[in-house]
Amino acid sequence: MGYTKDRLLARLQELQIEFSKYEHPVVLTVEAQAKYVGNVGASLSKNLFLKDKKQRFYIISALADTKVDLKVLSQRLGLGKGGLRMAPEEALGEILQVPLGCVTPFALVNESARHVSLLLDQGFKSQQKCLFHPLSNDTSISLNTFSLDTFLKSIGRDPSYVDLEANPKVGKDQPPDLAALVPSDSIVLPEFAEGAPPSEHSNENHAVTDVKPKTVKAKAVKTPAAAEKVKDKSSTGVLPSISFTDAGQFVEEILDKTSAILLSEIREDTVRQHGEQLGAVVSDTLRKRLSSELKNLAIMFKNTAYTEGFHAGTHYQPKRP
Amino acid sequence: MEKREEGVNEEGAAAAAAVEAAGEAEEAEVNPWEVSGKIDYDKLIDKFGCQRLDQSLIDRVQRLTARPPHVFLRRGVFFAHRDFNEILDAYERGDKFYLYTGRGPSSEALHLGHLIPFMFTKYLQDAFKVPLVIQLTDDEKCMWKSLSVEESQRLARENAKDIIACGFDVTRTFIFSDFDYVGGAFYKNMVRVAKCVTYNKVVGIFGFTGEDHIGKVSFPPVQAVPSFPSSFPHLFNGKDHLRCLIPCAIDQDPYFRMTRDVAPRIGYHKPALIESSFFPALQGDTGKMSASDPNSAIYVTDSAKDIKDKINRYAFTGGQDTKEKQRLYGANLEVDIPVKYLSFFLDDDDELEHIKTEYGSGRMLTFDVKKRLIEILVEIVERHRRARAAVTDEMVDAFMAVRPLPSMFS
Repeated sequence: MGYTKDRLLARLQELQIEFSKYEHPVVLTVEAQAKYVGNVGASLSKNLFLKDKKQRFYIISALADTKVDLKVLSQRLGLGKGGLRMAPEEALGEILQVPLGCVTPFALVNESARHVSLLLDQGFKSQQKCLFHPLSNDTSISLNTFSLDTFLKSIGRDPSYVDLEANPKVGKDQPPDLAALVPSDSIVLPEFAEGAPPSEHSNENHAVTDVKPKTVKAKAVKTPAAAEKVKDKSSTGVLPSISFTDAGQFVEEILDKTSAILLSEIREDTVRQHGEQLGAVVSDTLRKRLSSELKNLAIMFKNTAYTEGFHAGTHYQPKRP
Repeated sequence: MEKREEGVNEEGAAAAAAVEAAGEAEEAEVNPWEVSGKIDYDKLIDKFGCQRLDQSLIDRVQRLTARPPHVFLRRGVFFAHRDFNEILDAYERGDKFYLYTGRGPSSEALHLGHLIPFMFTKYLQDAFKVPLVIQLTDDEKCMWKSLSVEESQRLARENAKDIIACGFDVTRTFIFSDFDYVGGAFYKNMVRVAKCVTYNKVVGIFGFTGEDHIGKVSFPPVQAVPSFPSSFPHLFNGKDHLRCLIPCAIDQDPYFRMTRDVAPRIGYHKPALIESSFFPALQGDTGKMSASDPNSAIYVTDSAKDIKDKINRYAFTGGQDTKEKQRLYGANLEVDIPVKYLSFFLDDDDELEHIKTEYGSGRMLTFDVKKRLIEILVEIVERHRRARAAVTDEMVDAFMAVRPLPSMFS
């Protein structure tokens, strides 16, 4: 199941990324989007989902006005002259898990988009803020490149800004300048038995075998008697909130919350009011206010650890006899 | 149809009478598929034949669990029970029990009313340190709503994520969907139960007609058998006399009346019940929150702004029309929704009393009460959202895996 808009926005809030949210009727084009958010002081983006002949996928995210020449880009990537074309519609749902008209850098939050390369328009950097769809066509969010970078880094991506309008010579002595941005792995799309809607039903129809750790291959084979359901890896979102997988972060968060209350409770007036008893009073307050919240955090930490163990247990290879 | 009446069963007779009475002059309708009308809970307890959860039981819970009783107990949200005292008796003797609750996954949109039984069940799990099985009746929703099998299965998984986000302990919790789990020992118990319930009886309890399809008629055993530990051999092997406690909303009582009637006939303990009243809709006291009316409820996906708007615009208040009148006459706490909601979610008894006194006398305005409520609701919804974001598909798989739970009683 792909990330939903709400889940993404919650994630951005957790990461303390600043953004402004604008809701509007569903839009499928930049022109339509401009009608609603053209005047909010942020620059519109156009987003292309492309693929090359070797089943490698790319998102090009650019300012609406930037001229994007697919032939030039194709050469700069080292794919030859006609190497890049628009990705098929099913790929949108299968890989990016977004609807039509909703290509966005944020789609990379989905595990299924792990191998999609992202090229960002250098032009974004000179804008105050830029607008993107947060996985849904009925909303746009504006944020600056610093914030976008923070998000991308949080999902393990190195943001790559490119002068998309440049047209450097590519030849024997001038290697393609964007070759490093070509993904290392291709993505094989499963064959669809019937024209089923993407992502929602893909889990039930496909059995997945992990051949190598980096490649995801899927076969459209129904396994009726399968005792164990091997889960398609594209169904999980990227890592849950960091605090629940990283013990250090977890502890830091607890200490942050505790400190915050401690500092707010020890003031001139409370010192005067309680004197020597202030320690006991604050200690009680801390328990009262934090006990339930911290227990909830701890349970999530425990459940996350158990789940990772569960995954290890269901995927481990027994020792050879 | 052979009649297998082994003497008059009190609860069965009460049930039959309840359905009859409900059909007559009363406007209120309470059964697992419909709740409407103004509900008189005292009358309901009488009609259904369950017990009031009184203060002595609450005190006993506090003693046995060495922690303050949950806010829902203190405020009478969970107000009725069947055999809860027997569960506590056994617990005191060292005989543990397990919890059973469930959800019919009919829509993706969960509202706070849906979370209430789960919040309470989590408290019970933590306080008593006992295991929990959670049934997702995807088959029921498939049969009663116009949902395909696949869609109801998908909704079950999505709902499972919200349920997990309530904070259940994976080392003590087994979540299952009917489409996945029915079979084996579970199905054997279903047949045992089914053999003990005549067609006429099930029509009497649930009001089926000749037009209802046979799926509906044969569904009740599915919801009955999780009450029996032998339905879960991977968890409770050899523990046939383990008791079961079912926290649920009071409209589920008919299912469990039937179950309690059958249990002794097949050699099992009757499951105990602890029942809640309905979380009122934003617009007032008529029935319960409905997933089909977005403004009747606060959804777990609502933003802080949505919550603020909904409470300010749609919450039915008992406050006076003007500030001046409010200061003179005070608010009508009987019908005031913000105060009712606070009684569910404001943990601090003293603060709630203070608000009720000030608001009721007119010294506090509706605006202030709503403001405090919004603060609390936003906190709850944000916490839920964050927890939900941490639930991966893999975590759902872990909760739903048929696996032993070795530390479920520790």
